[in-house]
Amino acid sequence: MAHVHEHEVDENAGAEQRKAIWRTFWILLILTAVEFLIAFTLEAGALKTAIFVGMTIVKAFYIVGEFMHLKHEVKSLIWAILIPCIFVVWLLIALMREGGSIFDLR
Amino acid sequence: MAATAQPNVKNVWLGGVEPMKASYGKLMMWFFLVSDTFTFSALLVSYGLVRYSYPAYAGKVVDFVSSPTYWPIPEKVFDALPFLHGLHAPLVFVGIMTFILIFSSVTMVLAVEAGHRNDRATVEKYMLWTLLGGATFLGCQAWEWTHFIHGTEGGTVIKELVDGSWVSKTIFGANLTENQYGPPAFADFFFFITGFHGTHVFSGVVLNFLVFYRTATGTYERRGHYEMVEKVGLYWHFVDLVWVFVFTFFYLV
Repeated sequence: MAHVHEHEVDENAGAEQRKAIWRTFWILLILTAVEFLIAFTLEAGALKTAIFVGMTIVKAFYIVGEFMHLKHEVKSLIWAILIPCIFVVWLLIALMREGGSIFDLR
Repeated sequence: MAATAQPNVKNVWLGGVEPMKASYGKLMMWFFLVSDTFTFSALLVSYGLVRYSYPAYAGKVVDFVSSPTYWPIPEKVFDALPFLHGLHAPLVFVGIMTFILIFSSVTMVLAVEAGHRNDRATVEKYMLWTLLGGATFLGCQAWEWTHFIHGTEGGTVIKELVDGSWVSKTIFGANLTENQYGPPAFADFFFFITGFHGTHVFSGVVLNFLVFYRTATGTYERRGHYEMVEKVGLYWHFVDLVWVFVFTFFYLV
C-alpha cells in the first residue's frame, strides 16, 4: 500500500520534469535553427559574431541549468562552478588582443 | 537522491553531511568538468588568437577561393554531404551532427529522470537511445574527417619556396602540415579541437554503455539508486555543451 502511494507521487513529479526537459529541447533546437538562418543572411562582422556569442551563452545556460540541473542546486555549488570561469574570460580577452597584435606585426 | 538518508546528524565528518547538498561523486564530477572546461577553453581561445593573427577573407562570399594566405569561411569548407557528391550544402552535415548530439542529451536527461523513479526499463530504453546518438555522432565525425583529409577533386594550387625559387603545387585535402582549405593552422585546430571533443564523445559512449549494462543487469536496482546515471549524465551533457561552443566558434563565426 505504502509502496503504491509512493510510486504515484513520484510519477506526478516526474511528469513535470519531463515537460521541462522537452521544453528545453525545443528551445535549444529553435536557437540552433535561428543560428543557421543568421549564418546565411547576415554579413560577417562584429554584429554577427556578437549575436552568435550571445545565442551560444543562452544555449549553454539551458544545457547547464536544466540538463545538468545546476540551476536547481544550492547557491554555493552554482558559484563554485561559475566563478572559476572568469579565468576563461580573462584568457579570451588577453589572447584576442595578442592575436590582433600578431596580425599588425605580420 | 532518494536514498540519501542522513541517519546520524552528529556525524558531520566521514560523509555524514554532504557539502553543497551534492554527493561526493557528483561534486567530483563537477570539479572534473570545470578542469575540462579550462582545457577546451584553452584550445578554443588559441584558435581565436591564431585566427585573428591571420587576415580575414575580404571579398564576396560567392567568389571565395581557398588560399593559405587568409583564413577560410567555414561554410565554404564544410559543405559536403555523404552519398551526395558534388552538392554544395553549406553546414548541413554539421547541423545534423549538432541535432544528433542535442537529442542524445535529451534522452540522457530522460534516463536520469527515470532513474529518480527507479524505473529500470525506462532507464534502459533511454540509455540505448543515448548510445545510438553518441555512436551516430562518432560515425558522422569519422566521415567528416575522412572528407576533410581527402579533400576536393580540384584541390588548391599553392606557391612554395623551394631552394630559393617559387614553385606551384596542387594540394588535396589537409594534414598537419598542408591544407587546401586555408592556412595549415586551420587544419591543425580542426584536428585538435574536433579530435579532442570526439575523444570525449568516445569515452562518453563507453561510460554510457557501462551504465546501460549495469542497469540491464540490475546493479543499480540492487543498490537502490541510479546516481551513477546522473554522474555519467553530467559528463554527457558537458560533451554536448562543448559541441555547442565548437559549433559556434569553428563553424559559424
